[in-house]
Amino acid sequence: MKGKTALKTGGLIALWIVVALFLLFPFYYAVVSSLRDGSAIFEASLWPANPTFANYEAVMTEQPFARNILNSLIVAFSVVVLSLGLATFASYAFGRARFKGRRLLLYTILGVSMFPQVAVLSGLFEIVRMFGLYNNLLSLIFSYMIFTLPFTVWVLTSFMRDLPVEIEEAAIMDGASSWTIVTKVFLPLLAPALVTTGLLAFIAAWNEFLFALSFTLTNEQRTVPVAIALITGASQYELPWGNIMAASVIVTVPLIVLVLFFQKKLVAGLTAGAVKG
Amino acid sequence: MSARSAIDKARARSAWIFVTPMLIVLALVAAWPLARTIWFSMTNATLVDLTTYDFIWFDNFIVHAEGRWYGIFTDPQWLRALWNTLVFAAVSVSLELVLGVIVALIVNAALPGRGLMRAAMLVPWAIPTVVSAKIWQWMLNDQFGVVNAMLQGAGFVDGPVAWLGGSSLAMVSIIMVDVWKTTPFVALLVLAALQTLPKEIYEAARVDGIHPVKVFFKVTLPLIKPALIVAVIFRLLDAMRMFDLVYVMTGSSEETMTLSVFARQALVSFQDVGYGSAASTGLFLIIALITVIYIMALKPLGRERAE
Repeated sequence: MKGKTALKTGGLIALWIVVALFLLFPFYYAVVSSLRDGSAIFEASLWPANPTFANYEAVMTEQPFARNILNSLIVAFSVVVLSLGLATFASYAFGRARFKGRRLLLYTILGVSMFPQVAVLSGLFEIVRMFGLYNNLLSLIFSYMIFTLPFTVWVLTSFMRDLPVEIEEAAIMDGASSWTIVTKVFLPLLAPALVTTGLLAFIAAWNEFLFALSFTLTNEQRTVPVAIALITGASQYELPWGNIMAASVIVTVPLIVLVLFFQKKLVAGLTAGAVKG
Repeated sequence: MSARSAIDKARARSAWIFVTPMLIVLALVAAWPLARTIWFSMTNATLVDLTTYDFIWFDNFIVHAEGRWYGIFTDPQWLRALWNTLVFAAVSVSLELVLGVIVALIVNAALPGRGLMRAAMLVPWAIPTVVSAKIWQWMLNDQFGVVNAMLQGAGFVDGPVAWLGGSSLAMVSIIMVDVWKTTPFVALLVLAALQTLPKEIYEAARVDGIHPVKVFFKVTLPLIKPALIVAVIFRLLDAMRMFDLVYVMTGSSEETMTLSVFARQALVSFQDVGYGSAASTGLFLIIALITVIYIMALKPLGRERAE
């Protein structure tokens, strides 16, 4: 009996290792490739023989990659602040108040989150052109609302609903306005939820590709995903893989650190967003 | 009683004021552009000049002229993109569901290091899609890729395999990358559902000596079904609008082109806003249909939760 259990545990651990290897290997290999320079990159070995940071230097000097990172940060931060601001007030209304059309509105918003982005592309093109925002980061900050707003509203609504009634009732009895209740009473209580939702919105905005590819033109205005996708070499068949892998590692490491640091909160937010929204 | 109704009144009054700014932004960024896309789908507008165009009804969708059929519904490339999208969605979502449940069950087993495993699961999810596409494109490179080097080293293949080189293998590769990237997400959802299950049932089943496989199909699966349905719908909608992975890994190659790639190509590369909008509208209608079915399925679930 005991031997059987040990065998089972051993088998499970082996399975774990196989799964973990499959999950982690591609990123490991990207790191290894980014540390190899010149012809060494074409040897498909599993560790860097003579590690060098030449690729990192190249990707930062041969193109405005620092600018691209800055662009992505500006866009992602603006999107997070705007959508959290709008969604906090909306979620108070959806989570705490009973008003006509509440259900219909919530389901409409849920519907928007399922939109294929390409379905609004020509309409957005028109707006972006009309306001002269083509090749301008504002066009991205504006258009990213279509995917960050619905899910921040849904997740924050579900958090709002779970907050205790007594605090709010006491505040209303004291004559506090709804504005005061949201900003002074609920906002501090919502802080953990805001961190989670904000982080998810940040990641979504940081990773977006279709709008960024379509609404920007010059290298200086590109965000990170577009910049990486469009890194080209001397010819189509000579992609500078070292540079691409270095750029990939640069933008992914902070994200992985962030995700691992907040992993409990993120998993809770993801499952709340999926189960309730 | 009067206090409660006063509270309700105060809430309802401010409710609309609080919701309106968010609704205005959503109308500007979603409702209006969607309406314009549908409008453009019935015109011959081009990207060069979006203000002058003719209204041509459904000619972008289907029209019979000079003895031939035109429009997206008869365009072999659009039909191929539709087929590709359906194949991609069906295969990748099925694989992600089955593998996601298996991974969740493995991780759910009480073993030391479970936290580490969950952290590892978040890594593919945390890597931006474009970056994963590039990393896999490099790993699958036919001449210098590590995948071919490993397969050849192990003697599984004689020569280098052209994974992304315009054959049906390209679709297999893209599905594989999507499965790699998204299975952890499905597994996390399933894991969350597994951890809410009462331990007593399993204790009772163990005492009664019921085979674990039977327990899984008779007890676990029915209990996690709501979570599975949600995961499937989410993944299905995501897969139906797939753009970045395909665009980065294989560009506009016909073997892998999805509906989103087709629509963007017509719209931006060929500057044909009318035709591109028709393709986008077609995709929107397909996804709208799935969404309606989803919401219908979700309603009874929501009611159960409320009670």
